[in-house]
Amino acid sequence: MKSVAAAGVTRRFGSFTAVDAVDFEMGPGEVVGLVGANGAGKTTLIRMILGLLEPSEGSIRLFGQAQTRQQRRRIGYVPQNLGLYRDLTAQENLEFRADIFGAEPPDAPLASEGLVADMSLGAQRRAAFAAATQHDPELLVLDEPTSGVSPLSRTKLWDLIRQRAEGGTAVLVSTHYMDEAEQADRLVLMSHGRVVAAGSLESIIGNRTAIEVDADPWDRAFAALDSGSRLITLAGTAIRVLGESAESVGATLAEAGVEANLRTVPATLDETMVMLDS
Amino acid sequence: MTATSGVNWGVGDLTVRFGKVEALRRVSLEVKPGAVHAVVGGDGAGKTTLLRVLAGLGLDTDGIIRIPPPGRIGYVPPDGGVFGDLTVTENMEFVADGYGLTGWQKRSSALLGRAGIARFGDRLAGKLSGGQRRKLAGSMALLPEPDLLVLDEVTTGVDPVSRMDLWRLIAGAAADGAGVVIATSYLDEAERAGQVLLLHDGVQLAAGSPRSVIDGMQGNVSNVSSPDGHRAWRRGRRWRQWDPNGERGGEVTLEDVAIVAELNAEERMP
Repeated sequence: MKSVAAAGVTRRFGSFTAVDAVDFEMGPGEVVGLVGANGAGKTTLIRMILGLLEPSEGSIRLFGQAQTRQQRRRIGYVPQNLGLYRDLTAQENLEFRADIFGAEPPDAPLASEGLVADMSLGAQRRAAFAAATQHDPELLVLDEPTSGVSPLSRTKLWDLIRQRAEGGTAVLVSTHYMDEAEQADRLVLMSHGRVVAAGSLESIIGNRTAIEVDADPWDRAFAALDSGSRLITLAGTAIRVLGESAESVGATLAEAGVEANLRTVPATLDETMVMLDS
Repeated sequence: MTATSGVNWGVGDLTVRFGKVEALRRVSLEVKPGAVHAVVGGDGAGKTTLLRVLAGLGLDTDGIIRIPPPGRIGYVPPDGGVFGDLTVTENMEFVADGYGLTGWQKRSSALLGRAGIARFGDRLAGKLSGGQRRKLAGSMALLPEPDLLVLDEVTTGVDPVSRMDLWRLIAGAAADGAGVVIATSYLDEAERAGQVLLLHDGVQLAAGSPRSVIDGMQGNVSNVSSPDGHRAWRRGRRWRQWDPNGERGGEVTLEDVAIVAELNAEERMP
């Protein structure tokens, strides 16, 4: 039984197609990363999976059944803004949410840190996760769950997420950060409303490459390359150029009289998303 | 290049107090012209405090602070830097007036073009997307050709496409000779900078080029199938394990080093 099975799902807003004929499946215990630039359709797809938006075409089945309102008790959701009441304590947030879902509040109360508004971001994120999981959801949807916290806090949050997955919960994580995407079992990459690649990080990046330019001093190489619509970025003191051949980059540099070493290197996830979007 | 280029900015042994609380303890950062420096840490690490000191905002400090005069600093605060009820062009004009700039229109167009928001000149800044607003804030900070550019979490929550535009602005400023300091909580982003400073609870955990910070870590981090003790953390379905006495073998990332540094700091706490 699939936790989520979306078949040919399309969602239009007027003449704009936000999600375009998307097939998407995930099973219990899987951690799936949903990645893509803004406007790729990630949020619209998630809102349809949560049952907040109806598809214009196609169907979504949850836990082997057509979508119903009752299924929402089997879903946990942590939005980007965390969805906590800031003028309650963490414990009060949990108790209030437990009443709504008809769940037992946790035995061990959260360490009291006063009102949510006064808690550190890491503590707020842990509280939001606790609030979204206390009814033991079978599907957990998380929007950039570890944004803004320290590297060690991030691993502690991922430990909680992994424990849920090992208990059989399907976890869908929406992100555009490499640090988070790397934690998923597999990735689904969206662009302009469509699923354009799915699988491991390596298979998503595929054979996309960047040209890495090493020049000393680098600023002259940057000035020569920083023109028009060329996609360039920095990596330490190297410059990376996307969507262009090494010959063409080399010719631009030669024309400007800049000596540089050029290497063709695998693109990053970020760069892959940018190339798909441009 | 500006008249003052070649001077290193920065702080030495900086301590900052808010009442009895020390937000930063003996932190040092040397900001070289033409280079990008990433200040990395989670919330409460002290990133914003350090960047406020570099931006010349008056705080209760001890230590050495070496920054250019106010008119030569560009600063983008964590959640702002733009006026929502002015258009994009009016925001740029406001900065130009404030800094007493003349003939700024050409540079303004170039910056907005580099940031990928040139076509939104007449749009109210409040009607821009989050990423576009951050790019406008960056363009405004760059308009007076600052010697020191200070950007606080300018890429946080911004999608990869806008992030690349922002990095184009950042790289352009450094190429023009500015010393650039950016705060971020993402290690993959910090690795794009020439220099990184890891902060945690107001204390400096490591500093240097990403390579030297990685090489400077004590011991080794490797993949294991099950964790041994508390010096392990998850990476997907596998675990990463730190062995303080281990020999370097496979690849160690900046993220590994940051986690190890935080584990170390926790172990040292009473």
